Amino acid sequence: MTMASLKAEAGTILYEDRLAAGCHWSIRMRKGSVLKLIDEEGGANVGMLFYNPENLLERYNAPDTLKCQHTFKLTKGNCLYSDMGRIFCSIIEDTVGWHETVCGNTTRQMIKEKWAEKTYQHHHNDWNQNGYDSFLIELAKYGLGKKDMASNLNLFSAVSVNAEGALQYTEANSKAGDSIELRFEMDTLVLMHTCPHPLNTAADYPKKAVRYQLIQGAEVQKDDYCLNFREENGRGFKNNEIFHLSGACCHD
Amino acid sequence: MIKESVLKTDDSVYRQQVAAGDYFIKVVKKDQTFRILDIEGNQAADTLFYNANDPAERYSAMDTIREQGNVYLTAGTKLLSNENNVMLEIVADTCGRHDTLGGACATESNTVRYALEKKCMHACRDSWMLAVAENEEYGLSKRDISHNINFFMNVPVTSEGGLSFEDGISGSGKYVEMKANMDTIILLSNCPQLNNPCNGYNPTPVEVIIWD
Repeated sequence: MTMASLKAEAGTILYEDRLAAGCHWSIRMRKGSVLKLIDEEGGANVGMLFYNPENLLERYNAPDTLKCQHTFKLTKGNCLYSDMGRIFCSIIEDTVGWHETVCGNTTRQMIKEKWAEKTYQHHHNDWNQNGYDSFLIELAKYGLGKKDMASNLNLFSAVSVNAEGALQYTEANSKAGDSIELRFEMDTLVLMHTCPHPLNTAADYPKKAVRYQLIQGAEVQKDDYCLNFREENGRGFKNNEIFHLSGACCHD
Repeated sequence: MIKESVLKTDDSVYRQQVAAGDYFIKVVKKDQTFRILDIEGNQAADTLFYNANDPAERYSAMDTIREQGNVYLTAGTKLLSNENNVMLEIVADTCGRHDTLGGACATESNTVRYALEKKCMHACRDSWMLAVAENEEYGLSKRDISHNINFFMNVPVTSEGGLSFEDGISGSGKYVEMKANMDTIILLSNCPQLNNPCNGYNPTPVEVIIWD
């Protein structure tokens, strides 16, 4: 029996779980699988980074992602690129409309100044975890460190820019039940946390959980929305094709 | 914000021209001031900074953008590290605006942006790769090549979320000047890009000038 014959039908939910607020986790996504993230109650933020598990030096590159698609915001149709000209994943569905990738993470100091320091000693797992430490912990599990922490995605959060370049954080950008689906175009190590966006204006440390599903993806067709969203994405997909031809991966 | 320098080049302690397509790497000491001069105009200088005493601490575009609440860099901007310490402050700027969203060109990203056939055109990341390979004493490698500043480059963002590479707003003789708040490694690539207007389709030299 070949692996292909064991494949579930496209769209099948293979696994479903919940990431509580202020948590971090990492998963390895296979080429062709879909990660769907769902904002349970509205106002979620998911910090996210990608690495190539075969070469951890290849990582998500926010500048390349933005400039090659001539965009500051990320939504359906956009592809998320590595620094090696390849696509980690494509945003195949998005009910939010704007996700940002330039504002980074909360730090322990920032949480203390902005909200309140809640240590593990006094609050156990209801402590106020921060995004920077969350990534450091997940990175260390793979032998990586702060040198490897690239500019991250903040899914479900939006920040716009006016004519003078000033940043404006969008309040209530994501509503209860909003979701984004990432289809992986190569095997990818995904690091994520559910700590608040660093520009969140809430009076108290916002506790927002997300649900996530691993879904069997459909094969990418010639008329695929993301593949054809921009000419550049066509070339990005071509780079992935060459990468897989060269025997870098063989899970299909 | 346009702000002219009071420093005179005759008083400088170091001057070095950097040809297009070359790299420049050097430590500036705490309290030294350095200038990047766009000699002929419209020339992007892709630059990274590291704490010379602990290169794991480096310039962070995200932290700099978020803490100043603005995506453009100019006089008054404090360039922050990934540990949210001030590495340098821009103390003079006759260009008025510099980019830190667009990143550097690489041969691989050029294949996506322009054509797969353009993979052999020289790119900033290749200059940085050669820089870290030829200067092992700094202890840098590809892991350290992160999200940089593009001095003199114009990458406007619209309120609707668009982003583009536009003709430069710099010109012949314009400069940007920074004062170091810690001993800092400067790693600069004088951009060789020929496929977009960031160098006016004609890459030209820049000069680095340092004052005590």
